[in-house]
Amino acid sequence: MSLQPMSLYPIFAERVRSNVPVALVTVIDGPHIGATMLVSPSTDAVGTLGDGELDRVVARDALGEVEAGRTGVRHYGPNGQTTPEDLIDTPTVRVFIEAFSPPPTMWIFGAVDFTAALAKVAKVLGYYVVVCDAREVFATRRRFPMADEVLVSWPAPLFSQRGSVLTSRDAVCILTHDPKFDVPAVQGALATNVGYIGVMGSRKTHAKRLERLAEVGVSGADQLARLMSPIGLDIGARTPEETAISIVGEIIARRTGRVAPSLRDSDGPIHK
Amino acid sequence: MRELLNDIERWQQAGKQIAIARVVDIEGSGPRDPGAAMAVNEDGEVVGSVSGGCVEGAVVAEALEILRGDQQPRLVKFGYSDDEAFAVGLTCGGIIHLFISPLTW
Repeated sequence: MSLQPMSLYPIFAERVRSNVPVALVTVIDGPHIGATMLVSPSTDAVGTLGDGELDRVVARDALGEVEAGRTGVRHYGPNGQTTPEDLIDTPTVRVFIEAFSPPPTMWIFGAVDFTAALAKVAKVLGYYVVVCDAREVFATRRRFPMADEVLVSWPAPLFSQRGSVLTSRDAVCILTHDPKFDVPAVQGALATNVGYIGVMGSRKTHAKRLERLAEVGVSGADQLARLMSPIGLDIGARTPEETAISIVGEIIARRTGRVAPSLRDSDGPIHK
Repeated sequence: MRELLNDIERWQQAGKQIAIARVVDIEGSGPRDPGAAMAVNEDGEVVGSVSGGCVEGAVVAEALEILRGDQQPRLVKFGYSDDEAFAVGLTCGGIIHLFISPLTW
C-alpha cells in the first residue's frame, strides 16, 4: 500500500539544503506505518499520514516542533485524537517528528590565523560561519575557504543589518584585539539576543577594553556578564587550533550549563 | 540525515534500493540522539551511524531484510535488557529505539 503517490524526498532534500526549516513526519507505529509528511512554516504540508484529521493535528504540532528545533515521538488516535480520554480503547498512532532547523550561526570578527582555525572547527560542529574584517587585504575567500561568507565590513553595519537574526543558539567571537574594531563589535553583539559572546585578548587587553566600553556607555554589570573574555576554556591551549577547541568547548559548556573552567573566571597568565 | 543526502542521491541515481534507519527514542544513556541516521543500499553499502558502532551490523542485516521484502518497515529496539531481538547491545547500558524503513517516499 502506498499513501505517497508524490515523491517527497526531493522536496525534503531541497528544503534541508536551502536551510528552510522542515519537519520530516513519519508514522512509526499504528496503521499506515511508514507514511510520511513534510511540514514547513508558511506553506501547506505535503504528503499524508493516511487520515485527513490526523494530518491536520500532526501538522499543527510539527510546526511547533520545527520552530523550537525539537525532535521526538508523539502519540495520537487514528483520527488525530490527542486527549487521554479519547485515546482509551483506540489503537495509538506513534509519529516521529524530526525537526530540521537551519544550522546555528557563528560570526567571527577579525581575519587572523585564529579565525581560520576557529572557522574550521565551527564547520565541523555544523555552524554557518561568517568571517568579518574591515581590512580588504585580510578578509579574503582565499584565506578563509571554509567560511560560508567572508565580509569586508565594520561591525556596526553588519549588526544593524543582520543582528536581529542572531538567537541563543548562535555565537559571536571577536578575535581582533584591536579596540577600534572590537569595541563596536562588542557593542553590536550586546544589542542582539546572541547566546555566546567571546572576546579574545590578554587580561590586560580585556581591562583596557572595559575602559573603552565604559567610555561609549557600555558598563552595566548584566551586560558585561554576557562577555566571555578572555575567550575560551582554561585548558592550556596555545596554537590557533587548540585555541579554537577551547572556544567551542566553552560554547558547548555554556549551552549545556556544565561547569568547565573558563579563562574569564580564573586569574593569572593565560599561557603558563 | 542532513549529512546523508549526497550519498542517498548518488545511490538513487545508480538505481539502488535504499533503507533508512533513524534513532527515534533513547532510554537511559544512549550514544546518539533521536534523529541520528544511517542509510543502507541493496548492496549493503552503509553511510551514517545510529550508535557508537555497537549495533550498526545488526541494523544493516535488518535493513537488507526490509529491502528484500522479508520484513515490513518497523521499530527495532536495542539494549542490554533486550532478549527478544538481537544478541547485540549497547555497552553504555541504554536502550535505543530505531525505525527502519525503505526510502519509498
